[in-house]
Amino acid sequence: MLIDFFLKLKSAKVPVTTKEYLMLIEGMQKGVVGSSIDDFYYFSRTCLVKDEANFDKFDRAFGEYFKGVEAIMGVEADIPLEWLRKQAELNLSPEEKAKIEAMGGWEKLMETLKKRLEEQKGRHQGGSKWIGTGGTSPYGAYGYNPEGVRIGQEGSRNRSAVKVWDKREYQNLDDQVELGTRNIKIALRRLRRFARDGAPEELDLDGTISSTARKAGMLDILMRPERHNKVKVLLFFDIGGSMDDHIKLCQEMFSAAKTEFKHMEYFYFHNCLYDYVWKDNRRRHSERTPTVDILHKYGHDYKLIFVGDATMSPYEILQPGGSIEYSNDEAGAVWMRRMLDTYPKAVWLNPEPEQLWPYRQSISVIRELMEARMYPITIEGLERAMRYLSK
Amino acid sequence: MRFHGSANYISTDDLTLAVNAAVTLQRPLLIKGEPGTGKTMLAEEVAKALEVPIFEWHIKSTTKAQQGLYEYDAVSRLRDSQLGDPRVHDINNYIVKGTLWEAFNADEPVVLLIDEVDKADIEFPNDLLRELDRMEFYVYETHELVKAKHRPIVFITSNNEKELPDAFLRRCFFHYIRFPDKETMEKIVDVHFPGIKKHLLREALEVFFEVREVPGLKKKPSTSELLDWLKLLLADDIPPEALRSKDKKTIIPPLHGALLKNEQDVHLFERLIFMSRHNR
Repeated sequence: MLIDFFLKLKSAKVPVTTKEYLMLIEGMQKGVVGSSIDDFYYFSRTCLVKDEANFDKFDRAFGEYFKGVEAIMGVEADIPLEWLRKQAELNLSPEEKAKIEAMGGWEKLMETLKKRLEEQKGRHQGGSKWIGTGGTSPYGAYGYNPEGVRIGQEGSRNRSAVKVWDKREYQNLDDQVELGTRNIKIALRRLRRFARDGAPEELDLDGTISSTARKAGMLDILMRPERHNKVKVLLFFDIGGSMDDHIKLCQEMFSAAKTEFKHMEYFYFHNCLYDYVWKDNRRRHSERTPTVDILHKYGHDYKLIFVGDATMSPYEILQPGGSIEYSNDEAGAVWMRRMLDTYPKAVWLNPEPEQLWPYRQSISVIRELMEARMYPITIEGLERAMRYLSK
Repeated sequence: MRFHGSANYISTDDLTLAVNAAVTLQRPLLIKGEPGTGKTMLAEEVAKALEVPIFEWHIKSTTKAQQGLYEYDAVSRLRDSQLGDPRVHDINNYIVKGTLWEAFNADEPVVLLIDEVDKADIEFPNDLLRELDRMEFYVYETHELVKAKHRPIVFITSNNEKELPDAFLRRCFFHYIRFPDKETMEKIVDVHFPGIKKHLLREALEVFFEVREVPGLKKKPSTSELLDWLKLLLADDIPPEALRSKDKKTIIPPLHGALLKNEQDVHLFERLIFMSRHNR
């Protein structure tokens, strides 16, 4: 029973397990849902999907699986006439009603509508004849024709069943989309490692109790050091040029990282890493930090994060003298490799969408240099990156 | 026992079904949604509608799973032993029952609310797996097995600040409370302010959804903010016309501080309005 449905969800990459499938069957057996396909949709979603980010995937898979079924159940184009009339009358002003009269009256309008419904095979949007949304046909919703009959506009409970998942309302909850400061912080929080070291200045209550008990009730106060996030992070931001499109995202990323990590150092570079970086963008030419100094100053246990779109000419990475700012003696790739040798835990975060990467040669080059540890700046991408770094 | 919404709470079809499924199959129901969409209120209203008592356990970042079961008050016992109090010989005097224990002990089915589960440590939900699955736990100090007399109806709310472990999710039903559409919103307002003028309400909702659509807001106003705002509008007896005033000086909606809780948002909002005024 419903095994195909279960497998369909699996192949649509909705994370479902046998336990949940059995729960679904149990619910069906106990009659949680009647024969309504709407109820079944809601129940199976409640039962099988545990993250609103997966709702959209589920909706699509559900729609595909039940495509044939709705036809059998006869819900297609089955809009109760009574409801339409009531709804439309509510929405019409006296002047509009007069216009309907001019078009041959309500009955005629409804008759034409019925005929159109029969003619029309699929969903429709725009245009001026078919029933759908956003057009100028008198039949449909959100249109401009004052004589319009509203069909399938928000709030209708009698909407044909399939539309509930056809609407794909949860599209923007998908975790592939980009994010705000709060989300970034949450994602960065994966990269936490608490440790107690330093001066003992916090009362260790449990220790005090057990120590006091062991000394037959003589009070023996124990102290311990406070818990800190021990993770250390080196951040390198690409700045200027093609990164201008991503300034807002980088700002958010930066402010989130700054509050999340106690040991965090950041530097700027342009396009690719060469023999110097800088900390203040306004004084980039006077106050530079040689990259060698960074390699020597910060230990191997620092985690390395590059933020950049890696969009440039491949020469800027591979050739000595390729930098667009000055003549560099060694190629960017050499510097990248030096960094990666010193800091084995390193990732590159790219604000460009992942689908775009294969089409830019320089992105592929950097990605190869990073041994595929390049992640998009989305909730899901950040989480993958942090999971790798905290391993 | 079936839930159909209540006089104070508008429940959408899918939410009603999720609640009833959780009640029938005796599984915990995990509720997520934007802040202010009535996640916590749901448990209270279900308890009221089904006429059963409710036990609430509010989670903080420092809450441990053990605190919901029981705590052994060693400090009191130590003090009593120093004072020679005879109570010290019975360890049961120092076992403090937690919310879960109280709920398990009830003589009738009850509603148990575990509020904001995502605030706690990442391991917190994992520590409650067996307790929520089998509805029982073991008290090591007294060698006693506490088993629920009736499986409580468990509601768990989350604001999505931390990802919950898979093993935990597998044992729950899940429902995401969507932000209500205009029609549902009208019903919600109707429940809270039965006498509100239709005209004022329509204008207010219009303004409210417009404010929600302002791009770049850090915290979009939610249902609870709308209700607060309406309360203020009613208290100040603001006429509906004032909300949609064509007078360009007063185009900022009155009392908008109730809708926007963030200084930056208020600035952004005022700036946008200022700009649109100049473009005209």
